[in-house]
Amino acid sequence: MSASLETTLDEGGADTSGPRRALAHLALVTLGPILAALVLSGLVLLALGVDPFAYYGYVAQRGLFSWLGLQQTLTRMAPLLCLAAALIVAFRAGIWNLGIDGQFLLGAVTSAALAPFLITVLPAGAVLLVAAAGAALVGALWSLLPALLRAYQQVNEIITTLMMTFLGVSFANLLVKLVFLDPGTTVPQTRTLPVADRLPTLFGTTISGGLVLGLVAVVVVHLVMTRTAFGLKLRTVGESPLAARHAGLDVPLLTVAVFAISAGFAGLAGGIEILGVHGNLQAGWNPAYGLAVIPLVFLARFNGFAAIVFVFFYSALMIGGESAARRIGVPHYFTLVLVANLLILLALAEYLDHRRRRAG
Amino acid sequence: MEALLTAAFLTALLAGAVAAGVPLLLAGLGEQMSEKAGVLNIGIEGMMLMGAYLGFLVAFESGNGALGFVAGMAGGMAVAFVMAILCVGLALNQIVIGIGLTLGVEGLTALLHHFQFSTTYPRLPAAWRMPVPGLVELPVIGPALFDRHPLVYLAFLLVPLLAWLYRRTALGLTLRAAGEKPAALDVAGIDVATVRFLAVLFTGAMAGLGGAFMANVAAGIFIPFMTGGAGFIGIVLAMLARGRPAWVLIGAVVFGGALSLTTALQVAGLNVPTDLIQMLPFAAVMAVLVLYGRKARLPAALGLPYVRGAR
Repeated sequence: MSASLETTLDEGGADTSGPRRALAHLALVTLGPILAALVLSGLVLLALGVDPFAYYGYVAQRGLFSWLGLQQTLTRMAPLLCLAAALIVAFRAGIWNLGIDGQFLLGAVTSAALAPFLITVLPAGAVLLVAAAGAALVGALWSLLPALLRAYQQVNEIITTLMMTFLGVSFANLLVKLVFLDPGTTVPQTRTLPVADRLPTLFGTTISGGLVLGLVAVVVVHLVMTRTAFGLKLRTVGESPLAARHAGLDVPLLTVAVFAISAGFAGLAGGIEILGVHGNLQAGWNPAYGLAVIPLVFLARFNGFAAIVFVFFYSALMIGGESAARRIGVPHYFTLVLVANLLILLALAEYLDHRRRRAG
Repeated sequence: MEALLTAAFLTALLAGAVAAGVPLLLAGLGEQMSEKAGVLNIGIEGMMLMGAYLGFLVAFESGNGALGFVAGMAGGMAVAFVMAILCVGLALNQIVIGIGLTLGVEGLTALLHHFQFSTTYPRLPAAWRMPVPGLVELPVIGPALFDRHPLVYLAFLLVPLLAWLYRRTALGLTLRAAGEKPAALDVAGIDVATVRFLAVLFTGAMAGLGGAFMANVAAGIFIPFMTGGAGFIGIVLAMLARGRPAWVLIGAVVFGGALSLTTALQVAGLNVPTDLIQMLPFAAVMAVLVLYGRKARLPAALGLPYVRGAR
């Protein structure tokens, strides 16, 4: 898949006659599926007896055009961007890390366990640093088994990472309820990091500083994967493990490295969400952001800058959708339908585009 | 320890293993057919969930249990049909489409459930049971295995039937060729796409039936996201079974047992955290993959779309 997307994009730049055609082409294969997905999902709303224009209008108003909503949207971007960084590394290296939700949760548990405890002995800055690093480390560790199985036994990582996510969701609950329980509350949750000690907000707004971390993560990942020798090695492993071996690369080791980096970012995403927004972790909390970020990363064709744009609009959709659930009575599950339509229509557009080019 | 060996505990464990294992068995057998034909069917989770939803809806509205299962199969097949058109017909990426379909069905069924049942949470009456005369009198095994819904017996009968189909018939050979060397099948004059299309539809039917069993027999109610990864376990079962239906059966009962251990332990008066028990089946999958992962052989052309003339 990585190969086919890459070539499509490259050819798109090479064989078209001018920048105008290239731009029109990009708009067609990107905006086309988005519009089609909005229309198709709108039909679902219509079938449920909801006015799609009212719904979309409300979502846009709430998630994009109100100052409060926009701040929430930008804050929500932080974990999503880190997850996008995680997926870009993995997918460009040909590894299907579908376990980012489990890695995210375990990272979140680590931060929620470390930060409220460390704050009693360390200054706030150091606490945030250690808790975030711990989240990334534990996230990476949670991917170790799938990584070793894939690297040395050729066991399909789609299955193992999915299994580790199911395992991780229960394990996270177990840790919260049995090990890191806050004795001071009746709700099963960890101790809470005081608001004053959380990630700083930006310029007097309520936007979490995690946004900066997320943006940096995506940009760095994009540049490393596209502009450095290390990135080229990883991409070679992804596109042809055989060629990589002939080039003298240590394929199993690089495979494990890809898992560790990818899962590290996923764990960091969980850490940022706890350290920036929640301050603690309640048993049963599982936002499952991961599976929804996958289509966004595909839509962006594994390009970090494009991913930032799509994550922004998806965040607005989530924030608006959560509000619409309360106001209009359409549960936020609708976002799943929209994302699914987007993913399928995107693949379809890619196919049609490919065929058209071959014919022409 | 003695408490664990009482008849009540063993009956509860075995009965639970069968109730939780039958959907896994159906999903695993269905996935096996797809994989044999060369399609990695990640959308099976969505097919199960659609089967659970439609199966429940029709059984509840019509009051007819059998019609509910037909609807469940149809629901699974409808999702499979979309998958087959996109992945077999147009040769789109099987993983991307599989995830997309699963996400879409999760969202759609949760939405529909919200608008239809979220205030009433209706339940179906207890499922029909068909005791097997004589065998039902046996201690432990009798009530656990031979006093069940007819679909349980049917699911078990499918195992030898499919084994025979794969080993002894031309159809079985055709399926294997579609997964191992599609080009050879093409040369022999059989359309690879048709074989794979039908295999995916069969997977949808089995997954849908498994989902309907979950909702209508095991739970008696439809809950959003109720399949909870059963489809993915089905994929693992098919991977580990290396094409043999009997191994899918063994795996399904073992994982079903792990899933139902909570209830059985409560019967035995032991209180183990639910979260720990819920980890068991997935931990078991990982343990099995660590031990036998190297042997989990998959068809050579699995996951690769077949385009005539392309290399």
